[in-house]
Amino acid sequence: MMVRKSVFSVIALVFFMLGCSSDNNTNDEGANGGKDSFDRKALLTNIADNIAIPAYQKFSEDITALKASTSNFVTTANASNLVALRQSWITAYTSWQSVGMFQIGKAEELSLRNFMNVYPVTVSDIESNVTSGSYDLTSVTKQDEQGFGALDYLLNGLSDTDAGIVEFYTTNPNASGYKKYISDLVNRMDDLTKQVLADWKNGYRDTFVNNNGSSATSSLDKIVNDFIFHYEKHFRAAKIGIPAGVFSGTPLDTKVEAFYKKDVSKALFNTSLTALQDFFNGKHFASTTTGESLKTYLDFLNTIKNGENLSLLINNQFEASKKKAASLDNDLSNQVRSNNTLMLETYEELQKNVVLLKVDMLQAISVSVDYVDADGD
Amino acid sequence: MIINSTEYLKKNTEAAPLAVFRIFFGIMMLISIIRFWSYGWIDKLYIQPKFFFSYYGFEWVKPLGIYTYVIFILCGVSTIFITLGYQYRIAIITFFLSFTYIELLDKTTYLNHYYFISLLSFILIFLPANAYYSLDAKIKGVSYQSIPSWTIDALKLLLGIVYFYAGLAKLNSDWLIKAMPLKIWLPSKYDVPLLGELMQQEWMHYLFSYSGMIYDLTIPLLLLYRKTRPFAFILVVVFHVLTRVLFPIGMFPYIMIVSTLVFFDSGFHHKVLRNISKIFKINKAQFDTDKVLEIIPQKNKILFTTLILFFVIQFLFPFRYLLYPGELFWTEEGYRFSWRVMLMEKAGYANFKIVDGETKKRFYVDNDDFLTVFQQKQMATQPDFILEYAQYLKKHFENQGHQNVQVFVESYVALNGRLSTPYIDPQIDLGKQKESFKHKKWIIPFNDEIKGL
Repeated sequence: MMVRKSVFSVIALVFFMLGCSSDNNTNDEGANGGKDSFDRKALLTNIADNIAIPAYQKFSEDITALKASTSNFVTTANASNLVALRQSWITAYTSWQSVGMFQIGKAEELSLRNFMNVYPVTVSDIESNVTSGSYDLTSVTKQDEQGFGALDYLLNGLSDTDAGIVEFYTTNPNASGYKKYISDLVNRMDDLTKQVLADWKNGYRDTFVNNNGSSATSSLDKIVNDFIFHYEKHFRAAKIGIPAGVFSGTPLDTKVEAFYKKDVSKALFNTSLTALQDFFNGKHFASTTTGESLKTYLDFLNTIKNGENLSLLINNQFEASKKKAASLDNDLSNQVRSNNTLMLETYEELQKNVVLLKVDMLQAISVSVDYVDADGD
Repeated sequence: MIINSTEYLKKNTEAAPLAVFRIFFGIMMLISIIRFWSYGWIDKLYIQPKFFFSYYGFEWVKPLGIYTYVIFILCGVSTIFITLGYQYRIAIITFFLSFTYIELLDKTTYLNHYYFISLLSFILIFLPANAYYSLDAKIKGVSYQSIPSWTIDALKLLLGIVYFYAGLAKLNSDWLIKAMPLKIWLPSKYDVPLLGELMQQEWMHYLFSYSGMIYDLTIPLLLLYRKTRPFAFILVVVFHVLTRVLFPIGMFPYIMIVSTLVFFDSGFHHKVLRNISKIFKINKAQFDTDKVLEIIPQKNKILFTTLILFFVIQFLFPFRYLLYPGELFWTEEGYRFSWRVMLMEKAGYANFKIVDGETKKRFYVDNDDFLTVFQQKQMATQPDFILEYAQYLKKHFENQGHQNVQVFVESYVALNGRLSTPYIDPQIDLGKQKESFKHKKWIIPFNDEIKGL
């Protein structure tokens, strides 16, 4: 039959063309200035082995330390143990800033970020949990009653003084309820973290690295989307935009991260900003070495396109944001109350990188902005 | 040129190609609908969103909630009737109406190939696709083996227009001189077997740009001439298979491959029908009657006027962009319905600001509260979407009790790898603007030049 014959010859032709082309490629090194293609797998490997896994490793260790401090405090509730526990909480909260963006694999499945760091928390619900002693922390409705935000309240918000806070765990009629609740929260955080880290170490790392295709479900597409989503929602909006009243018209000083501790919100913001920029530049966790990254990928693509130096523009914008944020008060809540203009200006700087990342970078690397798998033209 | 139009209209040809076209069209559409449904897209695209972007003048076309499925069922069932050629006229009208209704629901999902299907089903209403090898013919006991040539030529003409205009659209400096947007798209296809490595090579981007352009411009003619037809068909298959491998374009490549079969001689189509007959135990001989279906122009004035008008519009409509100032790719005024297929890479970001005109109190809108990610993506690069959404926001916040609502947008668009630049005048209160076919003066002019058509 005509069709069958045609189809056959077409397939033959395609293979013939492909055959010729591959030959040409190997013989014709100089065609594109001898440039090799970019190794996406190396990028994914760098993200997994040198950024995500070490960051989760460190975070997991800090959560373990937090668990130990909690246990100490629950056993012997006094001011010095409270101070120690609070320090462990700050340390773990700081490391969290480096893993928050990696909501992929097990973390995505468990909805890790939503159980770890929703703020502001709902105090009345926390109190009623403490009183009743019965709660299901795995429930989605309980996300604003646990995690770092809930610990913030339990360690910093119960009273104005340390002595006052310690009383909740000692002389308070429901001291055992508070002890149980804080232990349950930390245990859950520890459990979730261990699951995620174990998954990365036992198989997911290879799944992640080997899913190096270009489809909407490939690792690169997903991690880039996660990165931008995190930047936009959980960094720009949550840490600065919402408290500054960008989305409400009125400043909301109670909506800052670590509201009850007060003086760490800027530090957490800075750590997060650095982590995001380091991810962009492929900088190894806790090291100055850099590897394949979105930056090197953009630079490679620009050798083909000869357009603007996008990676430089993005890095410049990260620096501009840092510079602007440098004058912020250590307590962002206080900053909102005293001079919200600086908050809004910081937001403007952060916003400029949303455009560069979400519009220019995504266009350059041809990653679609979402997982919508609708047809194109 | 028109030697004798009446002579031409009297010319007859075998009905088999049209019957085969009808059968394949029905099957392809059925598969498309089932595929669409099975991917959960009805729910995702037409039921879940809170807001739908309407075409200007078609604001009354709205999804019917859960009953939207009924339209799809109607559309799906009609394809079966079309395939069988049973109650053909009612079936094809049903298909055209239901399919077009679906496409009008939300312009977010606009695709040239959906528009093509709407047009195709529209002219199929006027063609005697059930005259031969159909249940209608069998039941009536009247089968026409010959039909007027123009009926099949009309399909060829429509296909020819699609290709040729798609080719014309590629005659611009971005496509030909910069090899854009293929220079962006192809390198991201690094994982395509065998071709992946080549996709990184600049000469490949140019090769694909130029061959795509030449293909589109010449394929209608190559298909028309018997001598070049087999070669042309091979090109059709290679071209569409390649586009299928490289881009997420769903059923379109297959639909085009199958559609181009209409260019083949009737001998080929009779072979196809013989095979179908063998498989389904149909007595093909009952349709081979030597009867000629005559469609006399004098008695079918409405039909001929409609078709002539249809094609005149098809020829002119893609050029309406000339009536607008500014760069077409940037403003997109006159971009749709013009066979500008896979022509540019555009990305944008639109941040809406609600301001109280009296107190100047302001806040930004979180687009996630109103639009799906897909809608946001389409909205950010197209001014008519931005305006419609702004109007919606105005109404929404007024209903919430906000006073003196003004809507401003801070937006950026990047086109074909250029650095993003501001898109809509951020000083303009979009709440005060009206949609129309006139040029939108609040689009910030493109700061570069793209030469060509």
